[in-house]
Amino acid sequence: MIDLFRKKVNNYPDYWLEYENSFKKKPIEDLKLARFVVLDTETTGFDYLNDRILCIGALSLVDKNIALNQSLELFLKQEHYNAESAKIHGILKDGGASRISESAAMEELLRFLNNSIIVAHHAIFDITMINRALERNGLPRLKNKFLDTSNLYKKTLLNSNVFKKKEHYSLDELAEKFDISKKDRHTALGDAYITAIAFLKIRSRLKGKGQLRIKDLLKMG
Amino acid sequence: MKNTISHRVADFLKNFPPFNVLGQADLETLAEEITIVYKEKDSVIFEENDEPHPYFYVVNKGAVALKKGSDKSIMDMCDEGDIFGLRPLMAQENYKMSAKAHEESILYAIPINIFKPYAQKNIAVGNFLIESFASNTRNPYSKSHRGKLYDEVPDINPVAPDTHVLDLQSVQYSKKLVTCTATTSAKTIAKRMTEKKVGAMLVVKDKMPIGIITDKDLRNNIVTGKYPITTKAKEIMVSPVITYNKHLTITQAQMAMMKSNISHLCITKDGTPNSKAIGILSKHDVMVALGNNPAVLIKAINRAKKIKSIKQIRKSITHLLQDYLDQNIPIKLTTKIISELNDACVKQIIKLSLEEMPTKPPVKFAWLALGSQGRSEQLLQTDQDNAMVFENVPEDKLIETTDYILKLSKLINKGLFDIGYDYCPAEMMASNPNWCLSLDEWKKTISHWIINPGTDEVLLSSIFFDYNITYGDVNLVNELSEHIFETTKKYPIFYLHLASGALQNPSPTGFFRQLLVEEDGEHKDSFDLKRRALMPLTDAARVLILSHSVKSINSTAERFEKLAELEPNNEEIFMACSYATRALLKFRTKHGLLHNDSGRYIAIDKLTKEEKIKLKRTFKTIKEIQELVSIRFKVSNLLR
Repeated sequence: MIDLFRKKVNNYPDYWLEYENSFKKKPIEDLKLARFVVLDTETTGFDYLNDRILCIGALSLVDKNIALNQSLELFLKQEHYNAESAKIHGILKDGGASRISESAAMEELLRFLNNSIIVAHHAIFDITMINRALERNGLPRLKNKFLDTSNLYKKTLLNSNVFKKKEHYSLDELAEKFDISKKDRHTALGDAYITAIAFLKIRSRLKGKGQLRIKDLLKMG
Repeated sequence: MKNTISHRVADFLKNFPPFNVLGQADLETLAEEITIVYKEKDSVIFEENDEPHPYFYVVNKGAVALKKGSDKSIMDMCDEGDIFGLRPLMAQENYKMSAKAHEESILYAIPINIFKPYAQKNIAVGNFLIESFASNTRNPYSKSHRGKLYDEVPDINPVAPDTHVLDLQSVQYSKKLVTCTATTSAKTIAKRMTEKKVGAMLVVKDKMPIGIITDKDLRNNIVTGKYPITTKAKEIMVSPVITYNKHLTITQAQMAMMKSNISHLCITKDGTPNSKAIGILSKHDVMVALGNNPAVLIKAINRAKKIKSIKQIRKSITHLLQDYLDQNIPIKLTTKIISELNDACVKQIIKLSLEEMPTKPPVKFAWLALGSQGRSEQLLQTDQDNAMVFENVPEDKLIETTDYILKLSKLINKGLFDIGYDYCPAEMMASNPNWCLSLDEWKKTISHWIINPGTDEVLLSSIFFDYNITYGDVNLVNELSEHIFETTKKYPIFYLHLASGALQNPSPTGFFRQLLVEEDGEHKDSFDLKRRALMPLTDAARVLILSHSVKSINSTAERFEKLAELEPNNEEIFMACSYATRALLKFRTKHGLLHNDSGRYIAIDKLTKEEKIKLKRTFKTIKEIQELVSIRFKVSNLLR
């Protein structure tokens, strides 16, 4: 019975505790100093229950700089496989790059993330996929704040009756609007890069409304 | 860590010196350590006398201006693939120039401590650096490299060369050689010259130049009947060829041409006729290098085979505009010439886009410039506003046809974007299915606007009704104009709404005749020249000219002139409006050039007393014309 009241913290591996501890620090308020992690996942499909992550790409963004030696590209070993979606992302079940287990990938991802703000296109999808993977490995959900470039992009558009905003904007549309090369589209890191540049360009366009703060961004998207 | 992005960075770098001499493996290692930096337009990368960063930079996208001295004159403009900020790192001194993003840019920052070992290890890299520092250019090979990018059009200096240094600047010559052998017939030569759009053909033997045939030689020898059309090249060529090496300066080239009274020089590898011919330099190239002549620019535009080369030419157009304003050339003439040039750019982009389409267009179509571009009032590059109209087709063909035209429009919009016209934030572009319609569909849309003139409809018509055909079938456009006149005549209430729309712009001055400035937002405390001063005039001119059913006069100033002619009793006020429009346009353009923006927002505190007086003088005219519109169309206070 006493067990019920004792914290279960001890069951979690060290890297989770480290990750969790990073949130005890006061979050950075200055947009120039805060670290954003721009990420994208390639999955076997869009079903949160049955589909699995095949690849995670993540870039670290501080101020307006993306240092390539601080990026993450993980290929995961998965039992579930969907031939249909493989046509899009081109990741074969046993092909190419060296693969790691889902639990190892989660460890690397958490070490990379710490308390950074996550930026992703249609962020809910990627974050839910990652949370499911964490759950399967006996870990709690992500604790990071996150921004969705699809929502942020809508804020840059004109508010006018003559022109109707769409409900969703695809990453392709953003890449075209902002003139970002789509060569690496549908690779996790390539999509993360497009998202990162789009995020920077969105930020510069949102600045029109005075000095942009992290608080404002979080409110918008 | 090697990954998809570092791969892509390496892929980019390997096209440019000195990275092109590095091995793939070295390049990939280098790429992994790079930081990708995003710079907003006008943001500073480093200032003169700053301590050097631990990186040097390569431009991946956009453009960076290097400036020096208290007057901040532009020393150099770095484009894709250009390196900057390296010399201070090697010499371990502070920056000698400042670097500022001239456009929104993406840079690769390369850590010097990672790069230095390569420079020391690899002789070719070292040589590049030594040569680049010795010649004091950022990239001694940039010219021969640019040649690859813009081989059809010789690179036009974005910053026209300072006349003082003409003696020192080497010229840009055409590298795509058009050659024949001694036995080629005159007919074939003429055909190929027409095909390649060149004025001279080099006759070569073992790649060495043995003679040259120009347009003039063909005229003098063949057309006069002196020789038959089947004559061999060796009979009519001029020989020997005057040759130079590629380090020829602009002044040298001019002198050489004058001295020998010729229009073409041949560039060979070592400058003698006994080495490989690598290029040809025409009088035209020299003029282009001098770069301030509209005729030369038009020719260069029409010759452009790539959108990228048009972008270069656009920079020269901006420079030309600056010159005109500096020399106080009448704004009427300036506007005409610059609009003409802008128009030519758009036309060329449409032509290039048509070539890119897999099939010929299934129907006639017309590309319409809207807004300020339609009014030929666009001196600076602003957002795109355009639309497409195409011939009516049977209903079962409509979807297919629309698809084709939309695809074409998308290409054109992208091309315009690439040369510097931003996408319209409200999507008023031909690639938007609402702005890409058949003639009948447009008629329907326009009728709807005119019959149901709500706020949105009036706004849409005020943007659309200034259309001007840039390319395509003029009959389609005439029919559209006829339709507008007929419909507005049937529904005169529309004038009332258009007129009340014209009166809704905020007033330029407050109660105490002080200039009213924006109260918040990005442009807080600056004066919105477009909305508060230019738009009231433009809107008034539109509704008045429409009520007179005058078509194909689009420029606001010219509309007022026409109105003065139609209504002699109001001549004075209309002429004042015409003058005010031009004055404001000039004002806007000057400020836009000064700040490298659209010139729409003016910082009041930076204006001189004289400028303020000039500005205020136009406001009286604006007030008067608004009163005239209000009375004529009986815009009641209720509607306002």
